[in-house]
Amino acid sequence: MNTQDYINAFGNLTRRDMLRYSAAGIGGLALGSPLQASAVKPGKAKAVIQIWMWGGPSHLDTFDPKPEAGADYCGPYTAPIATNVDGIQICQRLPLLAKQADKYSIIRSMTHGVNGHETASYITQTGRLAGTGDVFPCAGAVVSRFKGVDAGYKGLLPPYIVLTKPQGRFSESGFMGLRYKPFATGGKPSASVFSVEGVVQKGITQARQQERRQLLHDLETYGRKMNGNSSFAKMDRCEEQAYELILGDAGKVFDVKTEDANLRERYGRSDFGASCLIARRLVEQGVPYVTINYGGWDTHKKHFDIMSNKLTELDRGFSTLLEDLADRGLLESTIVWWGGEFGRGPKIQWSAPWNGGRSHFGKCFTHVVAGGGFQGGQVIGASNEKGMEVADRPVYPWDLIGSMYEQLGIDTTAQLPHPQGLDVRVSPTEADGMTFGGRLREIMS
Amino acid sequence: MKRARLAKLVVGVVVLTAGLDSLAVPGKASAKIDRLILSKLDDLGIPPSDPCTDEVFLRRVYLDMIGTLPSAVEVRNFLESKGSNKRGDLIEELFDRSEFSSYWALKWCDLLRVKAEFPSNLWPNAVQAYHRWVQTALACNMPYDHFARELLTSSGSNFRVAPVNFYRAVPKREGEEISQIVALTFMGMRTDGWERDKRLGMAAFFGNVGYKKTAEWKEEIVYFDPSKQFLNPETNDPVVPRFPNGDAATFPADQDPRVVFTDWLVDSEIFAQSIVNRVWYWLMGRGIVHEPDDFREDNPPQNQELMNFLAREFVSNDYDLRHIYRIILNSKTYQRSSIHNEGNLSDEVNFSHYQVRRLDAEVLIDAICQITRTTESYSSQIPEPFTFIPENQRSIMLADGSITSPFLDLYGRPPRDSGYESERNNTPSSSQKLHLLNSTHIQLKIMKNQQLLGMYYQQPPNKGGKQQKNKKPKVAYRTPEKTLDRMYLSILSRFPTQEEREVAMMYFRESKLNRRDAATDIVWALLNTKEFIYRH
Repeated sequence: MNTQDYINAFGNLTRRDMLRYSAAGIGGLALGSPLQASAVKPGKAKAVIQIWMWGGPSHLDTFDPKPEAGADYCGPYTAPIATNVDGIQICQRLPLLAKQADKYSIIRSMTHGVNGHETASYITQTGRLAGTGDVFPCAGAVVSRFKGVDAGYKGLLPPYIVLTKPQGRFSESGFMGLRYKPFATGGKPSASVFSVEGVVQKGITQARQQERRQLLHDLETYGRKMNGNSSFAKMDRCEEQAYELILGDAGKVFDVKTEDANLRERYGRSDFGASCLIARRLVEQGVPYVTINYGGWDTHKKHFDIMSNKLTELDRGFSTLLEDLADRGLLESTIVWWGGEFGRGPKIQWSAPWNGGRSHFGKCFTHVVAGGGFQGGQVIGASNEKGMEVADRPVYPWDLIGSMYEQLGIDTTAQLPHPQGLDVRVSPTEADGMTFGGRLREIMS
Repeated sequence: MKRARLAKLVVGVVVLTAGLDSLAVPGKASAKIDRLILSKLDDLGIPPSDPCTDEVFLRRVYLDMIGTLPSAVEVRNFLESKGSNKRGDLIEELFDRSEFSSYWALKWCDLLRVKAEFPSNLWPNAVQAYHRWVQTALACNMPYDHFARELLTSSGSNFRVAPVNFYRAVPKREGEEISQIVALTFMGMRTDGWERDKRLGMAAFFGNVGYKKTAEWKEEIVYFDPSKQFLNPETNDPVVPRFPNGDAATFPADQDPRVVFTDWLVDSEIFAQSIVNRVWYWLMGRGIVHEPDDFREDNPPQNQELMNFLAREFVSNDYDLRHIYRIILNSKTYQRSSIHNEGNLSDEVNFSHYQVRRLDAEVLIDAICQITRTTESYSSQIPEPFTFIPENQRSIMLADGSITSPFLDLYGRPPRDSGYESERNNTPSSSQKLHLLNSTHIQLKIMKNQQLLGMYYQQPPNKGGKQQKNKKPKVAYRTPEKTLDRMYLSILSRFPTQEEREVAMMYFRESKLNRRDAATDIVWALLNTKEFIYRH
């Protein structure tokens, strides 16, 4: 569909409308295939904040402690703490999250059985099995399709933002392509000025921005000779959109200095803490999908040393995010999804070269969901006494992701845009040869 | 040029043959291409654009052939050269540049899905071996039938016999999936549109591909396994191998069916047509059959005669890829201006003008690095063994599709998931614009090349022949005019026009910025012009 077709299809749009609708906002490209109205309706959830625990966090040392399993399993973490929900205990290094347990539910029976990062990352984030011949889009890209520009999102900020780096491992947008890729902020969220690549640049005044723009236009000699070229016309629209963001106020969302100092302290002044705060601000602005790409959890060696630092950082950022969202009435409409590609081996590897490390473990691990219509204060499923196997109510990544789509109002049987026009749907079904544990009905209101 | 060619004669027989052919043929063959294109344009009443200027040709052929921007010195030399066949001579020089094989290895590794992680999961060692093999094959101009044969029929270790990785870079190690990739890569065809029987018939050639592990970590042997058999997934019956033309293949059970298929393939019409069409697409921006990997009956070539001619040239020149590059690049058709006239503005499919295309992600960042004398850092801390790319290595030389950067992702570097040409996405987006217009990444690069900004360090004058130790060198500036020439030559591969000179001088004078900032802004502006961002 070219621009003219688009205008024909949608009647007379003003130039400004065209800008908004056509080049697909920041982060988009050209024109996507039109979205059927029935594919998405208002859901309980409007947005998702995904805390991606890159590398695979230990389930035993976070939300599924096993004090009875002995020192070879729980290491120094022998005394899990009670939470504000009767009967739920979590790791002793997460005291602040313990006070927020009524807001989230713990899924202790996540499983897919794959121990390779790249394939496990693919499965947990796309809710698809590997090796089907197609590479499917991850949840963020799907939400970007159904809640982003194609669905009438008109924000100047991109609809799918990742703090701060893309995840790699696999292409997030899969066969849907570049249009649905996340916008990666780059930069350092905890720095005094968070330089979001392309949006916030230190040291260039607005006046100089304007002067530069004029200079660029004056030097666009070849571009002028090519007047009428459709590819160049598209580029011009992209430039106008870019300047709306550069010269306008939208970029201020990344500046947390206006936030209360105590609140910033509670989030923690780490990159993760700042990212959580910025994620809240982005959701407040209507951005439907934010991923915090939180690395450092692939702890093969020095596991407990690393955990003792990182758990504190995680505890502050994650707990404050939940509390802050709730205080602002945003938790009801915002899903917070915490988890990595797998858990870690319950049995500690004491011998060299690991010297107290944990391996990859895809057979049984933990994810956490909160908000957006998911009830808090619940535990779903269970692992066995040593956290080695799912003991009750398996939850596969596609069960979890399908549940999120439902809460977002996305029709899980709707078609995904495919470059070869194949008929592929948002969520897989039994016809795809997969085993299901069932959507998370027990906590979906 | 003659001398260069003589020097080559002693190098080896392969080069000798290729060299002699090229001496005799390109003029005639290129003229034939032009006749075929013009006669079609004539029929349609579309006037072709004018020939492009030397400066445009130079930049274009550098970007198209070696994915590299000419340096300021190379621009000056070419523009000053008085050679009677300077364009043709330049084409020959570029074939010999190491960037030629780097750039085309990049393209081929896109198609072959060369990637350590998901979904190919080739793993780092095998990726390096595979990429090296492809690049070497291109550097020594391995005949294309040979190239295909190596990829399709090799057996052995993924580390030691690199082309076996072809069978490892498949989403599913199973006959139908493998044959889908074979058809896409070497026939430019998409099997999902084929009749079921045709699909199964081809799949049956790839049912005996065996894989086994060794004691070495991540090593894998790909081999012919006669104990395996391709079965119809619905009926579980054995399937008779059938060539895509419908003929049944009969061969003894101990014969590797991959070899039987490859014998058929390299002699087939589609084999030659699909590759000459790809080369045409790569150089011209649009296939004679378009998309270049979508050959089917209801998607006929835009110019059948041209397609036949190129395929014939290819086969009669022993599957010499460079011959096809050469005759296209030397044609008037390739050397037309991108600027349209009144009659061909809307023509996108008949090759009446050069088609503008945004620079590939890797080429774009390399060009920016070259201009600003900066580098990019690439590494992968997963999977093991960790990979660190030397700072000064070009992005077009990245072997592994899993090693990437936000910039490359943003500019549409293909994920190497499927092997479709369309995976490389060069459509402009607003986020790309944001990045070039307003990122710290680009701004810092510009500010780093002080020479480009016209700065230099003046040694304090010597008094009485003694070095004055305490005095620091002083920052000085070249004249704005000289600085501007240098910027234009290294960024846009030409001198500024009078009008541009005036605009820039005015900016130096009136912007209230210091010299360095004003110069930074001019470089910034030139990097944001379409003339820079596009091949034109």
